[in-house]
Formats: sequence, structure tokens, C-alpha cells
Amino acid sequence: MSFEYAPAPESRSVVDIASSYGLFIGGEFVEASGGGTFKTVNPATEEVLAEISEAGADDVDRAVRAARAAYEDVWGPMSGRDRAKYLFRIARLVQERSRELAVLETLDNGKPIRESRDVDIPLVAAHFFYHAGWADKLGHAGYGADPRPLGVAAQVIPWNFPLLMLAWKIAPALACGNTVVLKPAETTPLTALAFADICRQADLPPGVVNIITGAGETGRLLVEHPGVDKVAFTGSTEVGKAIMRQVAGSGKRLTLELGGKAANIVFEDAPLDQAIEGVVNGIFFNQGHVCCAGSRLLLQESIAEEAVDALKRRLGTLRLGDPLDKNTDIGAINSAAQLARIDELVSSGEDEGADRWSAPCTLPERGWWFAPTVFTGVTQAHRIAREEIFGPVLSVLTFRTPDEAVEKANNTPYGLSAGVWTEKGSRILWMAERLRAGIVWANTFNRFDPASPFGGYKESGFGREGGIQGLGAYLAVDDAHDVGAGR
Amino acid sequence: MTDRVEVRKTYKLFVGGAFPRSESGRTYEVVAADGTFLANAAKGSRKDGRDAVLAARKGFGAWSAATAYNRGQVLYRVAEIMEGRSAQFASDVMAAEGLDTEAAARQVEAAIDRWVWYAGWTDKLAQVLGSANQVAGPYFNFSVPEPTGVVVAVAPQDSSLLGLVSVIAPIVATGSTVIVIASTARPLPAITLTEALATSDVPGGVINVLTGDPAEIMPWLASHADVNALDLTGVTDADLAVTLEREAAGTVKRVRGPQADHDWYATPSLSRLRSFVETKTVWHPMGT
Amino acid sequence: MTTPPLELSLPDASPGSLRRFLHGLPGVDEVGANARVASLGTRSIKNDAKAWAIDLAIRMVDLTTLEGMDTRGKVRAMCAKALRPDPTDATVPSVAAVCVYGDLVATAREVVGDRIHVAAVATAFPSGRSSLDVKLMDTRDAVAAGADEIDMVIDRGAFLSGDLALVHDEIVAVKEACGTAHLKVILETGELRTLDNVRRASWLAMLAGADFIKTSTGKVTPAATPPVTLVMLEAVRDFERATGRRIGVKAAGGIRTSKDAIKYLVLVNETVGDEWLTPDLFRFGASTLLNDLLLQRQRMASGHYSGPDYVTID
Repeated sequence: MSFEYAPAPESRSVVDIASSYGLFIGGEFVEASGGGTFKTVNPATEEVLAEISEAGADDVDRAVRAARAAYEDVWGPMSGRDRAKYLFRIARLVQERSRELAVLETLDNGKPIRESRDVDIPLVAAHFFYHAGWADKLGHAGYGADPRPLGVAAQVIPWNFPLLMLAWKIAPALACGNTVVLKPAETTPLTALAFADICRQADLPPGVVNIITGAGETGRLLVEHPGVDKVAFTGSTEVGKAIMRQVAGSGKRLTLELGGKAANIVFEDAPLDQAIEGVVNGIFFNQGHVCCAGSRLLLQESIAEEAVDALKRRLGTLRLGDPLDKNTDIGAINSAAQLARIDELVSSGEDEGADRWSAPCTLPERGWWFAPTVFTGVTQAHRIAREEIFGPVLSVLTFRTPDEAVEKANNTPYGLSAGVWTEKGSRILWMAERLRAGIVWANTFNRFDPASPFGGYKESGFGREGGIQGLGAYLAVDDAHDVGAGR
Repeated sequence: MTDRVEVRKTYKLFVGGAFPRSESGRTYEVVAADGTFLANAAKGSRKDGRDAVLAARKGFGAWSAATAYNRGQVLYRVAEIMEGRSAQFASDVMAAEGLDTEAAARQVEAAIDRWVWYAGWTDKLAQVLGSANQVAGPYFNFSVPEPTGVVVAVAPQDSSLLGLVSVIAPIVATGSTVIVIASTARPLPAITLTEALATSDVPGGVINVLTGDPAEIMPWLASHADVNALDLTGVTDADLAVTLEREAAGTVKRVRGPQADHDWYATPSLSRLRSFVETKTVWHPMGT
Repeated sequence: MTTPPLELSLPDASPGSLRRFLHGLPGVDEVGANARVASLGTRSIKNDAKAWAIDLAIRMVDLTTLEGMDTRGKVRAMCAKALRPDPTDATVPSVAAVCVYGDLVATAREVVGDRIHVAAVATAFPSGRSSLDVKLMDTRDAVAAGADEIDMVIDRGAFLSGDLALVHDEIVAVKEACGTAHLKVILETGELRTLDNVRRASWLAMLAGADFIKTSTGKVTPAATPPVTLVMLEAVRDFERATGRRIGVKAAGGIRTSKDAIKYLVLVNETVGDEWLTPDLFRFGASTLLNDLLLQRQRMASGHYSGPDYVTID
């Protein structure tokens, strides 16, 4: 008899989702002036979760003014010590409400509760704790004795790690003394709106954090608003480029965290079982909706067959299904549009002659799902080896020598992350030096920490989030004229 | 007694360690601050820009892989060579900017000192901009600054030597390579610098100098996919700067904006060094 | 899923060949192994799955007493409990085996007959510090007294000093002395220290003829840990692919609660697959675990928490 795990669903009762939400401006929820709304749905069931306000030009203006007023009157003049205490409060509140936030994230995003509970939300709290400590120590960060904030930051974030990306944006901005207007992705606004409530609970002065909801147009209005001093964006390279064009000549400081097509390189002397785990974690974590996902597996030819067998065997044990089930490994694809994009790229892989293998699992009838998929026989020229799929799809390529591995890994317009698996220490450092990527995970993958700077080379963007280097993105560094100053 | 007929020099570009003429065959007149004719300089074209990118990319591999100590020595050697030719630099600067002897000498000295300043930075930057990161787990985690790659710079239009050196030295100090467009109206100090560079230890392709009109060459370089960053310090036309920034978005280049009326004599901050480095963070587990 | 056999050329028993083979095995990254175990540790096993797992765990227990103060009386009582763990509930299955010192094998066999296995620790357990002759006599003696399973210890000193052939040959000799009795080879992973050593020792024991590989004597801390067990399970998984032979794994020492036991079952299930979820291929070496399994079983049957006075102390 086989070991069938009974369903172990996390309770939904810990969350209380309102039927509709306004915009969080100046410390309170207000109606959008245009009255436009859109719906956010649970991607695992297609159930409508809530009606969300769509911010128009007037609302964006209102939010930026609120942020400006808060910057000038309260947050800018406040001592770092007091700013720190507000951030510590927020960190604590996130911890206290962690179960609720995890369930909310899973409902709105489709990611497994195991990940929102064990990865996303703990990192959110950690991010606020880390940056809280910086608020009164900025003079020690290498940006001058008394570095000044920039002013009002416009922040636009994606749907893959909704609350975590919010934390990556808001925590350093506030620690450095800026105020923010943040726009969450239109498919995942709920945790950002819950965060607005946390700001109220923390008695954060009104206007320091403003959350406006909407789609691409709202984001464009926010980025282009003349009252904004700083733009920070995480999302697709395509939109990042558009934003770069929009802010050109405006004098706004800009940081971009964009796409990736990371190589995960496994040498024949790798710790194979951990490498396979790392490969799985690298591409199937969060359904592959990860900009730094290890979507290209580069296997040394001598172990390629063995490794692919081991990988397939391991993928056979992944549990796809209800994201709220504590035993689910692979949740739902965030939206129909994203599923369509994955489908399209996977078809292109088949058309171009790569061999497709998908894990044998039953997909639920409702909602948007994609089985973990591996392509072998992939070459550098295939679209699936070049374009970011942003889904649970791995392309397997092979190499013969370290030079060839580096060459193939770097042969992409992106440069966000890379993985290296080998037991040979000097080879790790040799590879790490040559890989043109902002994060190199050696014998591990997809590790994140607020103290560890994150960000890319080349078309993966510029600027860093996290660590001492990340502070530069929110400080008026003397003599700084570069749009991405503070890398 | 008649004056001797002087031997006039044909001014060329400096690309990949060689002195090619502009592929276009064009030249333009360079005049002194008082309006007297000084020379004909090569008028660089988009194809010269393209060739320079090839040279800079080729130079990047070895230059970025050289030890920081080695790069520091190479940059210091440039200062040594300039010191030996300071009279020629002073006369170039004097003619170009209409300065008196003392002011020209002061600029040359400051330019030489700037090389020395940046030469000393090469092997300290990782200690200042890098970090060991205390992550919450059994991982060794560190961050280091690495060179961005191929950088295209527009040198200041006013400060013909000090401004130029202040732009290119920080770019190459970190291991990037540079294509710089010299001050359009005052290119001769830059050309003299290329002659110093050619006899220095700076490898071919690391510093490439074009003369001509940024408005003509830069749009091609701003959209060139193998350029990693732009330094628009010497771009005086605001509309051109915006156009270039927009073009740069095509491949997400790093852009440092125009910087007019800067006091080039002031001790630099780290800003220029920061502009053209990328932070790389490496994780490794710690276990037995 | 059928998987093609692992391409491995197995070594012969010469010292050089063994060394080259064992040191050619892929390394184990400790942090990665710990992370994998931690991730599997979050599996939530509820309701029917939990009830099934508890009964399976009971059937996998080698109920053990290995004390200087052991007596025939103590062993008889333990054997009675092994046969019928919960006197109030006949649906509770017997455990897999009882595990005792060699001189008490006959006593144990008297009580359990052939209803469950009798395992004896042998080979100068727990330190293994005696001559090979003594170890072999110890083994033959236990088998003659009725043991059908022998839990031997490897010579950790020899292993750590690099004398892999000595360790190998000793196992081969003990296996021969076992006759038809099953041989469990105790690696004493707490003394091997690194997971690389655990993987090499696992392969060494399997190559020498072990039927089971076992984590620990229970006399050394740490005893069984999930990462060590993970590495051993990976080794038996790969050994099966290379040779077609299925080797069992016994996690012994330090597993005291039902929750722990279920985590091990999850580890087995997701590492080697459910073919190993049988007492023939996975065992728990434990003395106190059984009572916690019984308490949990009572709770699940009755719907309320039970207490220590409702399970027997033998």
C-alpha cells in the first residue's frame, strides 16, 4: 500500500477579505475618483476574492501629494532613531499576523502555503527588521556622514512575491527617510492592502506609505508623475525598458530589477543529490515565477543522462494541487495570461525540436495549472533557452569544459543569477568570477536574505536591493548623476 | 633669415591601441580659444564608433581579468608618462582653453594627480564597496564590485584635459573599458593623451578616443547592444541627453547623466567609481 | 517509474579499488541535505494517513533493550509487549523484532517463537574493539542461540584511518558467520561525523553483503538523525539501481515520538519510494518510541488524549 497523504489544508478562517477595497492614501482608505474597479481572483479556483479600485490620474496625484506632504512635514525631519522604531513595529506586526498574511498571499497568488508561510512572510519580517536597524546608522553606510533621502519614491512591484517585493521596496525607502507610493500588481493586491492596515496599526504617520491599485496604466501615471523623485520597479524587462524611456531626462533616480534566464551549472563532481534538489528548487520554486529562476540547466555531458534521470524521478514526487494544502509543492499559475504565455513558449520548444517531458500529475479542473516540465535536447538557439518563461519549465543543455559552461551561461542578454555545483573549491571561485550575474549561488540556489544584495547585470536591470549596497538606491549620494546611483 | 616650415601633424583617432583615420575620411577644423587655426582633427563617424566598441569589448576580457594591483600600476604609469610630457600638455591646454601658463600648468598637474588618485583606488575598491554579508543561515556570503563592461563616455566640453581624465580614469580603474568622445572644440589635449597612452602600458582597446560630434556618433553608441553603459558628462544639449537615455533603454544600459559646470579640481567622491561597477553576490553553504 | 540502471562499475575488494570507488561517489553537501530534510519535515500527515503511518511504524519497530542491567525477566516482559504492544487492543500489530544482547537471545526466542524476529547485537557491540575471531564467535553464538538477525558494528577506527578493506573484509566474514541470519551493519554515524563518510560507509557495507545498514548503536550521540538517514536512503536507492538488490535501512537511537517516526516515513517515501515502506526494508531501533506510537493510536481511536498510565512500561 502506498503512503497517501490525507489533505492538510490551512484554514481560510484566519483571513477576512472585504468585498471591495479602496486606495490607501494619506493614512486612510479612499474611493478611487474615477470609480473604476477590477477583480482579483484566486488562481487555484478562479473564485473572485474582492473588488479592487483602479487608481486614475487624480488618485495618483493625490497619493504623490500625500507622500510629499508626509516627507516634508513628518518623515523627512524625523530622527533616524524614531523611523527605526516604526519599522521595528511593522516587522513585529508582520510576524504577529504572519499566518493571516501567508494564507492571503496563497489565496491571491496561488503559491503553496508551505512557501508563503516558510519563505515569503518570514523574509518580509526579516527585511523590515534589517532595515529598521539601518535607519539611525546611515552615516556609517559609506554614503557620507549624513546622507539625505531622495524624497518621494514611486514603486511598482510584480505578482510573483507580492508582499516580499513590497518589503524589498518599502523597507529601505522608509529606513532612508523617503516616503512611498507603491502600486502592487493588479492580480495580487491583497497583501499590499493588508500591509496598509499594518501601517495603520503601527501608527505610521499618514502619507508615509500610500498604496494605490491598478494595472499598467496606473503604474505609468505614477512613474511619470512630476512629483516623484525616485522610481523603483521590479518586473519584466519589457516594462522596465519602457519605464527607463519614460523617466529619461526627468532627473528621477531609477532602479530596475528585471527578468533573467539563469544558468544552473552542474559539474560531474557535484554533490549530486543536493544539486538535483537545487535544480528543482531553482526552477520549480513558486511555479517558476521567479526572475532569478535557474531556468537553464547546464549539465556536464559525463553526468547528463544520470542527472536527467534523477531529476525526473525527483519531479515525480512533487505534489501539485491546492495551494492551501500544507503538503503542496507546486501551486497554481498566477493568471490565465501567464498560463497562455507558458503554453506558447512550451509549444515553441516542441516545434523547435526539443524533447518535452512533463511530470505525471493530475491537474485540477478549475484554476490555472501547469505540470513541472523538462526539455532535453535544447540548444542555445531555441527560444526556450533564451526567453524568460516565468513558469515551471526547465531547459536542459550540456557542456564539456568549465570554459564552455561559462560561455553558455553568459550567452544571454540577462544577468541576474547563476548557479554552480561542484565540490572543487577553486573551480567555484573561478566560475563565480567569470559569471556575469548579480547573484551566484554555489552549491545552493534561490537563497534570499535582507543582508544580501540582490540585482542584476545587463538587461536584468541595475541597482541592488538589500544589504549596505541597497541603501544607495534611496539616498541622495553626493555628486551622483547616474540614474542607478548607489549600486 | 626665414622661419623653418613646420611639420604639421595629421590628427587621427585612437582605437584598439592604433591610430586609424576616420573611416569616413572627414576632418574638422580645430581652432584655439583666440580663434587661430590649430589643426584638422578626424571627424569620427558611426562606423568609427562601431569599430571602437569592437576594440573595447576585445580589450575588456584581459583588462577586467587583470589583477587590481596590475591595473593600478598601469594607471600610475600613465601619470609618469604625462609628467614627462607636461610641457606639451600645458601648451595644448593653454591653446585650447586660452589659459595663461600658470593655469594651464595647474590643470596638467591636476590631471596627472587624478591618474595617481584613481591608480591608488584599483585595489581598494572591493574593500570599500564590497561586503561580507551576515545572512541568517549556514552560508558564506560576500559581495564584490565588478566592472560593468564597455562604457561610452562624452568628455567635458570645457575642461579639455582634467575633465577628460576625470571621466576616463574611474571607468578603467575598475576594469571596464572606455570609448570617449573628446571635447569637440578642444580635442588636442585628448589627442596628446592618446600619444602618451600608446607608449604606456595601457593595453590596446582599454581606452579608445574619438574626436568629432557627439550628436552624430552617440545615438549609434547609445543603441549599440554591446555597450553596457553611458557616461553623458560632456553632453551639453539636454534634448540629446534625453534621446540618448531613451536609446540606452533598449538594452538597459547604465546611464550617468550630463554634468555641466563641475569643479574638476575638487577631490572626487566615489560616485564615478560606483557608477560603472556591478555588485556581485556569492553564496556558499558552510558544512562538513 | 522504471529507471535505467545506474552506470557504475562496482569495485572488487582490493584496497585500491574500494578506495577509488568510495571516494569517487558524489559528495554530500551537508547544508543542502539538512535543507531537504527540513523541507520534508514540514509535511503534514493527518487523519487516515496518520493512522496508517502509526500502524506501519509499530510494525517497523525493533523493540530494544541493550543495558548492562538486562535480565531474563526484563527480556521476557519486553518480548510479551513486542508481540502484543497494547493488551487492551488486539488490532495493534506486533513489532518487527526484539533486539537484545547475545546471551539473552535464547530467552527472547523462547517467548516470541517464530512470530517475530529476534535480533542480536554482536561483534563486540557497541565499540567493536576486539579481534575478528572474537567477533565471529560472538556472531555464531548468537545465531546458534536462535537469532535470525545480527546487528554488527563496523570498525570505525579502521574506517577513519582509511583501512576500508579491513572494514569490508570484516563485514564479509561476519556475513558468512551469520549463515541464513540477516545482517544489519551498524555504521555508528555519530562517530563517522561527516555525511560524506556516511555515504561511503553505506556503500562499503552494502558491497560487503549487508542486508540492512543501520545508523547507530544508540550508545553514541548523535544517534539517528534525519540527514544521516536521508543519505543512507539515497545510498540504498542508488545501490538498487546499480545492482538490483534492495537493502534495508534501520534508524536507531533518539527516535522517541510518533511525530519523529512519521517524519522518517515521509523521508523514506519521498527518497526511495513506498517500496521501502515495509518492515523488511525499514526499521526503527527504539525502546521508548513504541509507547508514544501507542498513545497516539489511542488518541486517534478514542478522540481524546491518552496518558502514560494507559500504556505499559515494559
